[in-house]
Amino acid sequence: MADAPAALGAPLIRREGLEKVTGRARYAVEHRLPGSAHAWPVTARVASGRVLRVDASAALAAPGVLAVLTHENAPRLAEPDDPTLAVLQDAHVPHRGWVVALVVAETLEAAREGAGAVDVEYLAEDHDVLLTPDRPDAYVPEKANGGHPGLREHGDPDGAFASAPVRVDTAYRVPPLHNHPMEPHASTARWTDDGRLEAYCSSQGTTKVRQTLATMFGLPEESVTVRAEHVGGGFGSKGTPRPDVVLASMAALHTGRPVALALPRRDLPQLVGHRAPTLHRVRLGADSDGRIRSLVHEVTTHTSRVREFVEQAAVPGRTMYTSPHSRTVHRVARLDVATPSWMRAPGETPGMYALESAMDELAEALGMDPVELRVVNDCRTEPDTGKPFSSRHLVECLREGARRFGWAERDPRPGARRAGQVLTGTGVASATYPVLVSPSTASARALPDGTFVVRTNATDIGTGARTVLGQVAAEALGAAGDRVRMEIGDSDLPSAPLAGGSSGTASWGWAVHEACTRLARRLAVHRGPLPQDGLEEHADTAGTADAESDHARHAFGAHFAEVGVDTVTGEVRVNRLLGVYAAGRILNPRTARSQFVGGMVMGLGMALTEGSTVDPAFGDFAERDLAAYHVPVNADVLSVEAHWIEEDDPHLNPVGGKGIGEIGIVGTAAAVGNAFHHAVGVRMRELPLTPDRVLDALARRSPERGRA
Amino acid sequence: MRTFDYVRARTAEEATAAWAATPGARYLGGGTNLVDLMKLGVERPEALVDVSRLPLDTVEELPDGSLRVGATVRNSDLAAHPLVVEGWPALSRALLSGASGQLRNAATTGGNLLQRTRCPYFQDLSKPCNKREPGSGCGAREGVHRDHAVLGHSPHCVATHPSDMAVALAALDARVELRGTDGGRELAAEAFHRLPGDRPELDTELRPGELVTAVVLPAATRGLPSAYRKVRDRASYAFALASAAVVLSVADGVVAHVGIALGGVAHRPWRARRAEEALTGAAPTRAAFEHALELELSAAEPLRDNGYKVPLARSLTVDVLTRLAARHSG
Amino acid sequence: MGPASRTTLTVNGREHTLTVDNRRVLLDLLREDLDLIGAKKGCDHGQCGACTVLVDGRRVNSCLLLAVTLDGSEVTTVEGLAGPDGEPHPLQRAFLERDAFQCGYCTPGQLCSAVGALAEAAAGHPSAVTGPGVRAGDPVPLGASEIRERMSGNLCRCGAYPRIVEAVEDVIP
Repeated sequence: MADAPAALGAPLIRREGLEKVTGRARYAVEHRLPGSAHAWPVTARVASGRVLRVDASAALAAPGVLAVLTHENAPRLAEPDDPTLAVLQDAHVPHRGWVVALVVAETLEAAREGAGAVDVEYLAEDHDVLLTPDRPDAYVPEKANGGHPGLREHGDPDGAFASAPVRVDTAYRVPPLHNHPMEPHASTARWTDDGRLEAYCSSQGTTKVRQTLATMFGLPEESVTVRAEHVGGGFGSKGTPRPDVVLASMAALHTGRPVALALPRRDLPQLVGHRAPTLHRVRLGADSDGRIRSLVHEVTTHTSRVREFVEQAAVPGRTMYTSPHSRTVHRVARLDVATPSWMRAPGETPGMYALESAMDELAEALGMDPVELRVVNDCRTEPDTGKPFSSRHLVECLREGARRFGWAERDPRPGARRAGQVLTGTGVASATYPVLVSPSTASARALPDGTFVVRTNATDIGTGARTVLGQVAAEALGAAGDRVRMEIGDSDLPSAPLAGGSSGTASWGWAVHEACTRLARRLAVHRGPLPQDGLEEHADTAGTADAESDHARHAFGAHFAEVGVDTVTGEVRVNRLLGVYAAGRILNPRTARSQFVGGMVMGLGMALTEGSTVDPAFGDFAERDLAAYHVPVNADVLSVEAHWIEEDDPHLNPVGGKGIGEIGIVGTAAAVGNAFHHAVGVRMRELPLTPDRVLDALARRSPERGRA
Repeated sequence: MRTFDYVRARTAEEATAAWAATPGARYLGGGTNLVDLMKLGVERPEALVDVSRLPLDTVEELPDGSLRVGATVRNSDLAAHPLVVEGWPALSRALLSGASGQLRNAATTGGNLLQRTRCPYFQDLSKPCNKREPGSGCGAREGVHRDHAVLGHSPHCVATHPSDMAVALAALDARVELRGTDGGRELAAEAFHRLPGDRPELDTELRPGELVTAVVLPAATRGLPSAYRKVRDRASYAFALASAAVVLSVADGVVAHVGIALGGVAHRPWRARRAEEALTGAAPTRAAFEHALELELSAAEPLRDNGYKVPLARSLTVDVLTRLAARHSG
Repeated sequence: MGPASRTTLTVNGREHTLTVDNRRVLLDLLREDLDLIGAKKGCDHGQCGACTVLVDGRRVNSCLLLAVTLDGSEVTTVEGLAGPDGEPHPLQRAFLERDAFQCGYCTPGQLCSAVGALAEAAAGHPSAVTGPGVRAGDPVPLGASEIRERMSGNLCRCGAYPRIVEAVEDVIP
């Protein structure tokens, strides 16, 4: 029925691709509104305390400076749901890097100079920023992020562990990680003469930004418009409104000018969320055939004094493997740190690093192949809920990955592959990510010229959403793709959830599919020419998309890695990464591959190069810019392959996808860490695998030191 | 960034005169570090004397076989210069190990020497740093200092020098030509940078107003086998955890000439003189190399969290020496 | 505005004479004064490469170049890569075909950087991974490892690196 090139499953080129490669795509602070001013934040120099006094006189005297907003003169705002947005509302400083003033000026240069000239006096209080596994103030939250219970327990995990013939009891540490999308968090805001607020915002979902601004500024939602036509990445950190859009809106109100604000890169770690550090203790007790009797995963993490956010890193154990006895628990300490938040596959990413590293240790203890260990612990029902999986092809992913990777030729002995000073090893890890979906609305209109306009406030943060939704629409309409115009990225469009949780395509696609299907039905019975403004159908999936499922719904995958370890320098290179995923129906192989590979590259960064340090003396992250915080560069990334197994899962949504934006990262770091162990015979339990740590590990291997 | 006046100099004389006539002036080369630091507020010049277009952009072979590299020769051009690639390969490699292609296209020879530490406390106006603000204290000594110095540091400063190029220049016995308002002088490259002592605000021996006009690569090290190896946190585009520049010649089965400089371990490129003394005249064996580095690094005083740099510098340098020695025997 | 200087630049073939704040870097001049928003601000400190443009044919980080220092220079931005008839540059086509980007924010810098890197290799500039087999000054053949090293000054957080390398390989003569 559908025109072949537009059909779902076709590898179409991105609809906005040409704009992006020619430099015409405009991002949040690239809309040249007449009379625009520029803003620059001033951030707190103490980790705890309050602002006693702000002397803005020198800043205001600088040429071009228009205004300095502080907690004393900034517009009073209603309390937001998210207290990290309540900026310039009081003198309290909850962590270093909190915004204490905002300079607005005619030019970027003047704004920066003004920010440097604002003199802030603080009352500093003692701060406490150090996360340790045994903090007495760490508590078990009722809910971790995503609504997951803080604690789940089945059977007698301690007793079953104690009596298990084969046991692993081990600890892992994942440092703070930072999203660092290439486009910093940025907004342009203006107030119209009739009191409307309009903003361009680098956001993963402007429906929520509009709601938030309306609440905070006391406006009806229809008086606020937020646009995000192109977004330079987010990886979770733009999933919720961030201070940039609130500050720009306040500054625009205060000065009567449109105001553009891009947060300086160095301020992002403190202001836009981070993946909180996680300290893991994992205990696995198994029978001698490898079947897990007891699984205990205990996670300690931090949150800020501003807001409780608990990285749900213990949840993968609730889904992954047969485990009649289990305890999965989170503990969180409230510290004087910046507020953590979502970063690509929150929970699963650090959690699976720990669990899948422990699985490798268990395989070693059993003398069993690590692929086979995962296969024997595969399950048909979800251990925690008892629900049957809607589809689960973990074993197929492992088998297909093993075949493609050449796993069968692997010598299981660690440290056996040496060429000169380089030791080489291979490793495997599983991946999982839940199928999330939210209600969405969409409209589809048929125009008399034979074209269609499909509208929904989806956001394309680089996923290819605009393209894939066009495919969904074209297929449902039975139309060629080039006859369907997609309108997304504007809060005046039919409301839609954010691009996050790998749920965008399923959520928006469901509504688009429904609106287009209705329109197609109506057109099928329509007689005569269309009215001048066409025919339109709406869809709202509330009540259906969010209905409780009888099934446990998750994507699964398997990662394989080969690493080389230079025994002289401690440098680790990932020679090969290979992932195989079972994530439902793949709607556009070209953009899907990019998402899988992108996740794997970010996972490679987590394994080898990324991580920050909370500075105990000052309370902020020591690595705040892109010279100190090492995201991988091109030379770090050698061979990366992504494959998938097509699943036909009737329990998902009309478009059949499970979500693909996050699963690529989930098991990558564990696969790399396991390959490292296979290469050198020493287990590293802390990321990233930088030369300093690797040299320590090599020295442990040979007490006479790794002089190689 | 505060406002500043801008003067473009056409000759070195004009530059030093403009500097002398303008209080608070700084020379501007490629700007890759100075503009960065001005944006951070770490550098606050009242005026910039632009020396990037001085007629010092040539590489000139001198009659004695040495090579004079003008101060405004860009890093990428110097790294690609056939006489450098063939005559002093460690320098080419060191340059190519630094920064990125874009930065190397802008950065100048003189500016590379004068780049400042990447210590995060130095770069952050909200934290103490004796280098940036003498007397304010050192945030790194008890703070986050995994990347910091293990040799030659002082209670006042534990910063490292970030240049790769300068490490190679030190090992290759290069010289730096300077011009001040009262004439020119020359310094050995290895003596150009300082240890922090109690004056960490001074990175180099440059006198106020002095301008780097050239770097001279000496004939004595021309054509000798040399190499540069850098270890960092990612495969490219990162500062050194440790690096080694080595020049080694072997005659009659013994070391005839050796120059070793270590990067990423001290406030200046660390010329490993003790190791060189131990090796000169000795057979170029792995054991001899290890012994020499052991001697050199016995002076190391690692901080709480950077002890790894000592074995890293040792194994790295021994490895480079061993590879160079193998070329002689091969 | 603070102290300013009169500066003439030729950008994508068009001459512009402006009075620029001495503090203004080329990146902000392009974006704010000329509305050429193709060059992106990712870090503002030479640490990401999103601002890469060609100045007098060489790739540079436009965020670290004071505009006043460039008087008389020729600048090419991503907007100037297309042919005279508006036909996209072969590299732009290759990026589209290979899906060598996702969010697109680093893409203009990647494209300008790749154009510069290809020219550098052709002009005999070695890289840190160039082997001893290449004679000094000879054009350097570009395999995947050369491209990876030469493109390492351009961060891509979406992780499109493998596709970027393929796209660059596609246009190597």
